[in-house]
Amino acid sequence: MYVNRSAPHGTIYAHEGLEVVLVGAAFDQEVSMAFVGDGVFQLKQAQDTSGIGTKNFAGAYRALADYDVTRLYVETESLEERGLTVDDLMPLTYDDEGDDDQEKSLITLIDRASLGQLFEAQDVILNF
Amino acid sequence: MLHTVNKSPYQSDALTTCFGLAQPGSAVLLIEDGIYGAMTNTKFSAAVVIAQQCCAIYVLEPDLQARGFNSDCIMNAIQAIDYDGFVSLVEANSVVQAW
Repeated sequence: MYVNRSAPHGTIYAHEGLEVVLVGAAFDQEVSMAFVGDGVFQLKQAQDTSGIGTKNFAGAYRALADYDVTRLYVETESLEERGLTVDDLMPLTYDDEGDDDQEKSLITLIDRASLGQLFEAQDVILNF
Repeated sequence: MLHTVNKSPYQSDALTTCFGLAQPGSAVLLIEDGIYGAMTNTKFSAAVVIAQQCCAIYVLEPDLQARGFNSDCIMNAIQAIDYDGFVSLVEANSVVQAW
């Protein structure tokens, strides 16, 4: 599991973390992502970096499904503390082949207690 | 004096330290990850309201837009400015403190 705790654009962590996830998934690792703290800002919709002259990598989150990365856990408390709701996040979906190609959201909201337990179930955790 | 804050208030005490030390009449400009301090409905909103009583608070709009926000998302009385406005603030203040 990759744990994303950094806001996008101000530092390189969010972009680099996403690149590592895509590389890992390309090598058939079983990958999930958690978004905690300022990491939830990575998924904010309507990011437009044209004014600051940097690459807008927000679109690359939509490629995650193509790499079979379909489990993005977003901590509810982190959203609330930042005045955000799930409706403020990018609508990320995939077609679940195991469930009659139904369109499902990549994003799963999870509370802090449950996320802590989910960490315990991981083989490897990498923080960005 | 112009204070610039470029760090997320959730990651760093730069914003609250700045507010504690900024003197009346100062300008505080939120840039880069500092823009998250300008949002409504956060635990920093109350501190911003207090700081506004003595300081003019600005936020750099291109940094808002890069992060998926716009001037409608920020607290009342925080003014969104562009790079030209940033330059004007620097011109108007002889000293800049970059937090």
